[in-house]
Amino acid sequence: MTVLTQNPARPHLAGDRSRIATNMTFVLVVLLVLASLFSLAIGAAGTSLWQGLSDLAMGRDLSLRDRVVLFDIRLPRTVMGILVGAALAVSGAVMQGLFRNPLADPGIVGVSAGAAFGAIVAIVLGGYLPAAIAASLGYYVVPAAAFVGSWVSTIILYRVSTRKGRTSVATMLLAGIALGSLTGAFSGVLIYIADDAQLRTLTFWGMGSVAGATWSKVLAALPLIAIALGVAPFLARGLNGLALGEAAASHMGISVQRTKNTAILTVAGATGAAVAVSGGIGFVGIVVPHLLRLMTGPDHRFLLINSALLGAALLLVADVISRTVIAPAELPIGIVTATIGGPFFFWVLLRQRGILDM
Amino acid sequence: MLTATGITASYGRREVLHGVNFDATAGQVTAIVGPNGSGKTTLMRALTGENVFDGVVFLNDQDVASAKPWQLAAVRGVLPQSTPLAFPFTVVEVVRLGLASGLTAGRGHLIPAALDRVGLTGFEGRFYQELSGGEQQRVQLARVLVQVWEPVADGSPRWLFLDEPVSALDIGHQLQVMQIARDFANAGGGVVTVMHDLNLTAMFADNVGLISEGHMVAQGAPEDVFTDQQLSHAYGCKVRVNTAPASGTFLLPHAATMAAE
Repeated sequence: MTVLTQNPARPHLAGDRSRIATNMTFVLVVLLVLASLFSLAIGAAGTSLWQGLSDLAMGRDLSLRDRVVLFDIRLPRTVMGILVGAALAVSGAVMQGLFRNPLADPGIVGVSAGAAFGAIVAIVLGGYLPAAIAASLGYYVVPAAAFVGSWVSTIILYRVSTRKGRTSVATMLLAGIALGSLTGAFSGVLIYIADDAQLRTLTFWGMGSVAGATWSKVLAALPLIAIALGVAPFLARGLNGLALGEAAASHMGISVQRTKNTAILTVAGATGAAVAVSGGIGFVGIVVPHLLRLMTGPDHRFLLINSALLGAALLLVADVISRTVIAPAELPIGIVTATIGGPFFFWVLLRQRGILDM
Repeated sequence: MLTATGITASYGRREVLHGVNFDATAGQVTAIVGPNGSGKTTLMRALTGENVFDGVVFLNDQDVASAKPWQLAAVRGVLPQSTPLAFPFTVVEVVRLGLASGLTAGRGHLIPAALDRVGLTGFEGRFYQELSGGEQQRVQLARVLVQVWEPVADGSPRWLFLDEPVSALDIGHQLQVMQIARDFANAGGGVVTVMHDLNLTAMFADNVGLISEGHMVAQGAPEDVFTDQQLSHAYGCKVRVNTAPASGTFLLPHAATMAAE
């Protein structure tokens, strides 16, 4: 991430939103901290975060129950929410930059479905893996399979919808539908042959939730998401260039092929890991970057990092809603994000109608 | 110095350039002219390294086919015919993209200077997508200018490659943009530009390559290349080259004779 050194002597240019975007980063960091505390403080058990923290600070021992609630239930769930939210939002932002279109979102164009198919393969057929491989991959089997699924989907989608450096929006969306229904059908076959225990796993997983978060799940998702989030800022310059088209980007000195390959791997890694541990949580990837573009502009030097922060904060808030709105029961978080994201997507569509046919 | 030798280009089975040779010298405006579909833009793609075809292109003694994008970006900027933009960037943000090559850090002060150069001061905060085609073209020119601001740097010339830079512009802005090219060349830089308007070409270019059906018919000074016979043959219509007392060569198409034939 480029850190802007603000030179007070430099006259401010109209139309230069880099300062607003930098300030937005600070605002979002604060928002994320608040959302994290909120997420740690609220839950069915009624354990008080403040009581727990002050007990710890005073050197008093927590009761076993409080310790479990805070450190083995709420904390992994919060960390998971941060990882998944950041991963989904950054996937969306990178994918939109790659496809040069604000409607490209892993959930909408079938990449999440590809990741889900990979995950289902791992869950249902994982038992057939040679023991040595299964043992060495451990918790990473499902994320790794989801990564492969989303990677292959992204490549197919890009190849189909992009010709001579230009992406056709209609082809992209239609190819996404085809890809989604194809992987959905394959997934259906696997679900059909799954045994009862696998079915239970699949059902909980498929609803889209960070509810079952454990430290082992967090660790399973962490490497891929951390790498994707770490790589994303280095894509900023390339994605900015790609906004002018592949030829112009290359003329400006950007290695276009490397940018595209890295972007595809980043999307696949972040989407794959997020889907593997949380199922299908939709619309974060389209809502977050779009809001940020409206507020601070499309410059990827700021958009990518701000998307990670806002995505994480938004997912935590959605998760808190999901576990409080019908408490003591829980609403799957995918339903919450879809309820917010569906109408939002319509709104984006209406705004884009004029330029969609480009 | 730019030299292209034996450029043969095909799209699929259709060969569009047949062994074209072309040279340009720093300090000059070199124009490429020819009818629609004659291969001008394809030649431009070969010269800028956008496509690699058969033949060799050397720019400042560097083989364009094997140079890295950033090596080329350091010595030449390219203005495409039109540039659709994916996201709502402001004018300032688009121009700043020209500084993205990483070799140009700390040159933000060039942005207002470049906008002034293309006559778009006051447009800084406007959204690119809301501008007219001609204004967008000038924003893009400003973006290219900040990329290669110094016509000569480190003892070697910088180059501007312009693909029909004035086609979307009114006559006043046509002159303004051509004057920018002229000034860049006068200061020691190289300019290669695809042109449709032969009169503007005669007015501003030092050297012209006339291309027709994938062949370089002639290259040289405008008064040598622009002859009645060569132009009429290349463009498939009768053209008469005249000389105006004040401004030099100008051309008139023979509309009346065409209609009679």
